[in-house]
Amino acid sequence: MIKIDRRLIKHFDYLTFSIVMLLSLIGIMTIYSATRPPVETLNHPDFYLKQILWLVISLSALVIVTLFDYQWFYRLSRYLYIVGLIMLIVVLIAGKTTMGAQRWIMLGPLTFQPSEFFRVVFIIAFSAYLTPLQEPLQDKTYIKSALLFALFPLLLVFKQPDLGTTILLFFIFVSLSLIKGINRKFIALALVIAIISVPFLGQILWDRLKDYQKSRITAFISPEEDVAGAGYHINQSKITIGSGGLFGKGYLKGTQGPLRFLPEKHTDFIFAVYAEEWGFIGSVFLIGLYLLLLLRGLDTALKAKDEFGRLVAAGITSMFFIYLTVNVGMTMGILPVVGVPLPFVSYGGTALLSNFIAAGILISIRTRRYELFYP
Amino acid sequence: MIRRITLTGYIILLVVVIFVLRLWQLQVLEGDRFKMLSESNRLRIIKTPAPRGIIYDRNGNAMVKNIPFFSVSISHDSIKDIDTEALASLLGMRESDIIDRINKRDQSPFVPIKLKLGLSFEEVARIEARKSDFPGLFVETEVGRSYLYGKTGAHIIGYLGKIRSSQATSVELKDLPQDALIGQWGVEALYDKELRGSPGERIIEVDAIGRQLRLLREISPVKGKDITLTIDINMHKAVEDAFGTKAGALVAFKVDTGEVLVLESLPSFDPNIFAKGIQYPDWVSLINDPKRPMLNRAIQSQYPPGSTFKIIPAIAALEEKLIDRNATVNCTGGISYGRWNFGCWRKGGHGAVNLHRAIVESCDVYFYELGKRLGIERIHKYALAFGLGKKTGINLPPIREREGLIPSQKWKMEARKLPWYLGDTFISSIGQGSVLATPIQMALLTAAVANGGHLYRPILTLEDKPSSIKVDVGVDNLQIIRDAMAGVVNEPGGTARRAQSQLVSIAGKTGTSQVVGKKKGLTGERFMDHAWFIAFAPVDKPEIALAVFVEHGGGGGAVAAPIAKRAIEAYFKVERGLNSDKD
Repeated sequence: MIKIDRRLIKHFDYLTFSIVMLLSLIGIMTIYSATRPPVETLNHPDFYLKQILWLVISLSALVIVTLFDYQWFYRLSRYLYIVGLIMLIVVLIAGKTTMGAQRWIMLGPLTFQPSEFFRVVFIIAFSAYLTPLQEPLQDKTYIKSALLFALFPLLLVFKQPDLGTTILLFFIFVSLSLIKGINRKFIALALVIAIISVPFLGQILWDRLKDYQKSRITAFISPEEDVAGAGYHINQSKITIGSGGLFGKGYLKGTQGPLRFLPEKHTDFIFAVYAEEWGFIGSVFLIGLYLLLLLRGLDTALKAKDEFGRLVAAGITSMFFIYLTVNVGMTMGILPVVGVPLPFVSYGGTALLSNFIAAGILISIRTRRYELFYP
Repeated sequence: MIRRITLTGYIILLVVVIFVLRLWQLQVLEGDRFKMLSESNRLRIIKTPAPRGIIYDRNGNAMVKNIPFFSVSISHDSIKDIDTEALASLLGMRESDIIDRINKRDQSPFVPIKLKLGLSFEEVARIEARKSDFPGLFVETEVGRSYLYGKTGAHIIGYLGKIRSSQATSVELKDLPQDALIGQWGVEALYDKELRGSPGERIIEVDAIGRQLRLLREISPVKGKDITLTIDINMHKAVEDAFGTKAGALVAFKVDTGEVLVLESLPSFDPNIFAKGIQYPDWVSLINDPKRPMLNRAIQSQYPPGSTFKIIPAIAALEEKLIDRNATVNCTGGISYGRWNFGCWRKGGHGAVNLHRAIVESCDVYFYELGKRLGIERIHKYALAFGLGKKTGINLPPIREREGLIPSQKWKMEARKLPWYLGDTFISSIGQGSVLATPIQMALLTAAVANGGHLYRPILTLEDKPSSIKVDVGVDNLQIIRDAMAGVVNEPGGTARRAQSQLVSIAGKTGTSQVVGKKKGLTGERFMDHAWFIAFAPVDKPEIALAVFVEHGGGGGAVAAPIAKRAIEAYFKVERGLNSDKD
């Protein structure tokens, strides 16, 4: 059914593909190091093996996505969005609860996190919705879209609760809206309303937050106040990064991760483990890889042959960008602790798979950037 | 839209620049500070000492006991914030000592620093009560050693001590904690590895403020192996009593195995003062004691063996067929050689004496004559065959066994650059002059005479396999010597009548080694002769052989022989169920 076109190979986005692969390999290496047992005779948890398995699955998914013309996503966007929403509702009703959050659906032996997929679905659906609209967006239509696209899924995800994904969806919504173009008057108005309502809305939000979420925010504001308590994560993360120095302690020589001083060392705080072992030079290299990935994504958006491709590419790029910013900002202690993984590097099968699908879509858009190119 | 996408690119660039600047700040500008902080995030490894193996004597008496004692340690992460002055007053230590100990840490940062050993219960209670003021300070229980017989047998049992800096690098000891006590003397040192067992370990994860997070691993200690020595601690006690305040040594062997029954050197030391880690002043007073309690006189001291040595020329002359048992020499109280006169100890002379009488009465002139006939080289050969002039092979670290000395023409030329004179042969024949032997050598020689010529290697545990060398001597000739030695104790005119026992028949030979020339007329204990006595028992079927040496004791028959008798009786009381002492 799917014929592999010669041009598909010729115009394939090798750069994005290589960066994504390199990041994933760095991820597996760092997961291996981060989960080392503190005492040699203890077992080495098999997180890195699971991640390798997920990488193989994700790689196949990327190839399949690349083979498809992304136009299919446009046509199917409505159904994808509905399925996505249903899954979010299902997870709220029948999901598995771990660590105080109901985020997972059990599929046999696999646990599956619908919100990880929903962010990709959200980008596709919102882009598809925006594509036919005139720019700049008219105020009335815009409010309608806001209700339709933002409020409902945002509330569902927030209810799980998954603060990270909520923030991410909100920012994807804002950035796609801004890229599509909003009336300046509306932006100004939104800003004014936002500033006025911060104390009011903030209070409502604050009351709805779980205790651990609250303490994370207090800890961010004054981390030195309670070193052993909630500020612990931030301080330990800063210690971990800082102790790497200019050249790092060397691969498998970091102590913070194995000794368990760093929480979530193989997921949310993996950047700190990497920075401890590879130092300033290695960290700049890693951030440079992300910069390259993001700029390439924007370039793909610029070169995309249609409005939908342009919006999806920009949306995916902003998604990676927001993840990077929130995650790295958190580990460096310049943003509050929000449980957001570092794309491609952090441990997590569903996240890796959905990121590879997103990358596959980016590659697909770039590969099919020429008007006459319809395989 | 293109403009806005390009703008996004600038925003991305801006964020990346902020990240790089922040990384620079954390890793380069503040890197050293964070590196230090990361060091304090550590594991705490607590070694749990293994109970040390028990040392038993040959009759199953435990000679040591493990006793718990307390020590106080501090974890590395708490050092920075500790108020050393307050800590010093709490522990009753000098502040400088605490700082020294903290600075001396060279081990893994996971292992806490031991501050003080051997705490009393009051000290433990005081520390526990004020624990909250000193986070990271904790009391540990350790296993110490108690020596149940105190000074008795201390030279052979030995003691424990801290690992010395010269030992710290050895492969075998490097895994032990810095303050571990290991065998440093005697059997405790010789069998340290077996006795030690393997320590257990508790690996505890602690966070940056020293809270114990969880136990990662626990390995139980394995008790060390028990060791049964060949010595008889009751004989040791009898020997100690018999010596009283005198200095000297007594070594006794089982004649048919080379098992060491007694290896006592007096005065001795109390190993219990080492058990909790010896204090410096105690150590200084021990090593500066003029009586030299740390000197193992049984194997480290060598003296002229005096008349006990006469056994050697007697055997040599019989073997070389220069005499027979009836041949006599006329002792007129001395023998002249050139300008010199070599006297017999009995100035009036013994008259005509055969070998038997010569040994019983210890006639010097008879042995001058034997020496003259034999020549020094043959005496040298037989002396070496019976283990004199070389190490017996007993191993009691850290001390080194002395070899003694059996002179020869070659030795005199090399050492003194002088030719050998007949006079040298005369005085060598009666065990004076340059002849030197250790008490253990004399005891082993006696055992060889008693058992028909088997020179054993001394063994200290019942697990050791006996090994011996057969000395090439005739059985009949040894019987002549044994008969003569029995006469020394039991016949009229014998020099060791005081060794006679109602309990068991004893044979022996006295010896007196001169400290200064007799004619100088000096008096006082310092110038008194050393007393020797070698013995075996029972006469007809020997089981035990020994050598007694009493420093400045005077005559061998008067001083050394009664001590030998007490030791032998102590042995037979146990062996023959005649132990009446305990009733």
